[in-house]
Amino acid sequence: MKPILSCREVTRLVSEGLDRQLGFGERVALRLHFAICRSCTRFNRQMGFLREATKRLANAETLRSS
Amino acid sequence: MTPADDIRGRIEQQRAYLLRFARLQLRDRDAAEDAVQETLLAALGAEASYAGRSELRTWLTGILKHKIIDAIRRASREPQASLDDSDDAAALEELFDRSGHWGAPVAAWRDPDASLEQAQFFEVLEACLAGLPAKAARAFMMREHMGLETDEICKELGITPTNCWVMLYRARMALRLCLEARWFGAQVTPRK
Repeated sequence: MKPILSCREVTRLVSEGLDRQLGFGERVALRLHFAICRSCTRFNRQMGFLREATKRLANAETLRSS
Repeated sequence: MTPADDIRGRIEQQRAYLLRFARLQLRDRDAAEDAVQETLLAALGAEASYAGRSELRTWLTGILKHKIIDAIRRASREPQASLDDSDDAAALEELFDRSGHWGAPVAAWRDPDASLEQAQFFEVLEACLAGLPAKAARAFMMREHMGLETDEICKELGITPTNCWVMLYRARMALRLCLEARWFGAQVTPRK
């Protein structure tokens, strides 16, 4: 894992981190990147939010229909 | 009314809910209705084993998930038009410049937790899901809504893990852009 990731690579890794366990080097590289990149930090939060929102979809359906 | 009539009535009352649940995961209205019909039949056949152990809706949804997976398995064996996939990849490339940096800085989403309390937000999310390529939407819903592991999804869709990650990545990128355009970007003034 190379230490310097581009933003494009970070988005890819953030997504994969939701689907598989990332390796130690990958996690370190992400942390280092987040420390200096506000855009990717926001992107990471948005991906977490997307997961939470999708999980709640069916509950929202229930709310709306009853 | 006998207890058997009562449970049948209560099962039938869940039909509309089950149909909405199935429609979220299966684009095809007919396939969704078939899955619900099979679920109700299976439930009526097994009502004796239900015996009120869990909430009726939870029990029915459990059966429905299996029927949905069967339907997805059938659909993924059918040939897919893959044109939309390459359009998707092209749109994604435009987000970054040649060195891989964001073309435009990522804007913060204002108070996303408040959105989770709004029915309107979920309507937008559903509309965005409906705009994804069919196979990507299926993979995304299996992963994020049904909580399946990636290897199960790959198996169901007949693709390699790497393809699966790429498909989920593109789905997330597209959903993010869609939510930004149709919900968070429109949030200049506070929504009531």
